[in-house]
Amino acid sequence: MANTLEIIDLHAGIEGKEILKGIDLAVKTGEIHAIMGPNGSGKSTLAYTMMGHPKYKLISGDIKIDGVSIKDMPPNERALRGLFLGFQYPLEIPGVSLANFLRISYNAVRKDEPMLVRDFRKMLEDKFETVGMERSFATRYLNEGFSGGEKKKAEVVQLAVLRPKFAVLDETDSGLDIDALKLVSNGINSITSSEIGIMLITHYQRILRYVKPDFVHVLVKGKVAVSGGAELAQKLEEKGYAWISGAEEAEPEAEVKAK
Amino acid sequence: MCDLKVSRQVINEDYSKYDFKDPEQLVFKSKRGLTRSTVEEISKMKNEPEWMRNFRIKAYEYFLERPMPNWGGDLSTIDFDNIYYYAKPTDKAGTDWKDVPESIRKTFDKLGIPEAERKFLGGVGAQYESEVVYHSLREDLEKKGVVFLDTDSALKKYPDIVKRYFGTIIPPNDNKFAALNSAVWSGGSFVYVPAGVKVEVPLQAYFRINAQNVGQFERTLIVVEPGAEVHYIEGCTAPIYSSESLHSAVVEIIAKKGAKVRYTTIQNWSRDVYNLVTKRAYAYEDATVEWVDGNLGSRLTMKYPSVYLVGPRAKGEVLSIAFAGKDQHQDAGAKIVHLAPNTTSRITSKSVSKEGGRTTYRGLLHVEKGAKGVKSSVRCDALLLDERSRTDTYPYNEINEETANITHEATVGKISEEALFYLMSRGLSESDALNMIVMGFLEPFTKELPMEYAVELNRLIQLEMVGSVG
Repeated sequence: MANTLEIIDLHAGIEGKEILKGIDLAVKTGEIHAIMGPNGSGKSTLAYTMMGHPKYKLISGDIKIDGVSIKDMPPNERALRGLFLGFQYPLEIPGVSLANFLRISYNAVRKDEPMLVRDFRKMLEDKFETVGMERSFATRYLNEGFSGGEKKKAEVVQLAVLRPKFAVLDETDSGLDIDALKLVSNGINSITSSEIGIMLITHYQRILRYVKPDFVHVLVKGKVAVSGGAELAQKLEEKGYAWISGAEEAEPEAEVKAK
Repeated sequence: MCDLKVSRQVINEDYSKYDFKDPEQLVFKSKRGLTRSTVEEISKMKNEPEWMRNFRIKAYEYFLERPMPNWGGDLSTIDFDNIYYYAKPTDKAGTDWKDVPESIRKTFDKLGIPEAERKFLGGVGAQYESEVVYHSLREDLEKKGVVFLDTDSALKKYPDIVKRYFGTIIPPNDNKFAALNSAVWSGGSFVYVPAGVKVEVPLQAYFRINAQNVGQFERTLIVVEPGAEVHYIEGCTAPIYSSESLHSAVVEIIAKKGAKVRYTTIQNWSRDVYNLVTKRAYAYEDATVEWVDGNLGSRLTMKYPSVYLVGPRAKGEVLSIAFAGKDQHQDAGAKIVHLAPNTTSRITSKSVSKEGGRTTYRGLLHVEKGAKGVKSSVRCDALLLDERSRTDTYPYNEINEETANITHEATVGKISEEALFYLMSRGLSESDALNMIVMGFLEPFTKELPMEYAVELNRLIQLEMVGSVG
């Protein structure tokens, strides 16, 4: 039976400003949803609010996994319930190796499936290969000195290792050259299955050529302006966001992504 | 919506593993307070040669003359008259575990020493109440001519070597607490490594203050002949008492040409101890001395491991961490003195303060005129876990050579909310995330520790961080 992730009439914001003005979305495991929209439309706010970032306030509405509300849970509990966030700007954590971090993380979210260190290492190597990441990154400190592309690949490796029920990928394609984009997409595709639901947040249509969405939603000024199938993305590629009424590029001050 | 903030840490230390007292079973204990006759009594009890007795008395006179330091931590509540300066629990230093008195064996059982002995460590010298009680040395070390004894026994068995080097690196009038140690020292380790011998396995010793008000004045002397190598580790712990305890140790190291010496300390004295230590090494031509210094416990620690680079191409390194919780002050750092050309040094200091604790980095870098081609780098990083805590940095650079290449970097920071959120989003609880960030911060230090110590340190830090989530 599929798991469900529901976002119900979600209003949320940051620093006293309301950014999400009533979002309704439903994702089932096995589905890939693309969330697109111009800058300032609230895409990252949605991602951070879902994961429970301390700076973002949920004003009203709900977020549910399998019917259970997670809106008051701290981020780690949401992770234990099967939610994963691929960061747009992954943080550097000095002194903590990627491998050790992943092992601790794995033991937290998948404690019902303990793995021997040796098997874990092998599994990790496989995931590295899928995204074309060198093995040496396993012993390097988490994201420290990684290029933008390498950080994104590391996020996808984490996703592949932790196998959440729902993955929200916040602009995973931003800053990637075409080769890196293909590798990252390869990584994402390698984990798609009936057991994971993916919310792919992206500004550009590019990644959607490699990771084919089942549904596309366009966020404009904090609301879902239009939803459709994969062909909607194609239409946006041709016509741009202005085609959607009211979807002008927002002014710079509305862009409030916490970095 | 959950509210994640960098929370106020509440110390919930669990010292119960260490918090036990044996009813005092001391064969002899000196009277409280320090007089010339106490000093003479100590020397007589130990049956020492004349020169050592005179050395002690001279040192006692220096101790009386020297004023208390007017810098560093708060020493105002030390009452020298209210401390026992010597206590001897047994007449014989056993070489076999079963020779050691039962209550003392129990103490060390709890501290895990027999396990350590069975593992990869070489010999074990354990200190109990100012005297080394249990000591064993592995056979292959003995065969190579390596000496690892308590200092008192070394004075008897190897009087010439001891006399040649004792007090040459740290003279008794160096500072008030070195003078005190020189007058009433007891126990500590003596290590001698013959030329060319590389001691593969670390040598270690444990210390413990048990009886109320008994100070620890161990004296360690390490002599490493040309081309030889050794790693010495000390870790100490003490149960918690309400009255002050004073720990004033002296460590002298001589690393001759091409020798390599590493001295690792994990200090975790209980919160009522004053830990005032003088540690110094001389590194001769092509020699290397490394101090790996971990300061976690005590009420006040003042300790600045130092290396005097006296021969060309000698190397000195000090890697230190300090962790200060409630009512703690870690005043630590390093001293490196470049007295010869092409010498190099590195100082790395990492400190963490929480709940009003205070860490101070105090470092001296001295390059003598004529010491050409010196390279040195200093890095001190401080982490403040809340708004009540404090950190200070006092670097002193005395560079008298234009050719010197010196770098100095310092950072102060707190744990970012973003970093916590990132780790929590991967399933880690807030306290696990905090712990991971702090351990990551201290990683340059922990990776230099033997595995057993790294695990122990990890546990100790975790203990400090527990109960911190608001």
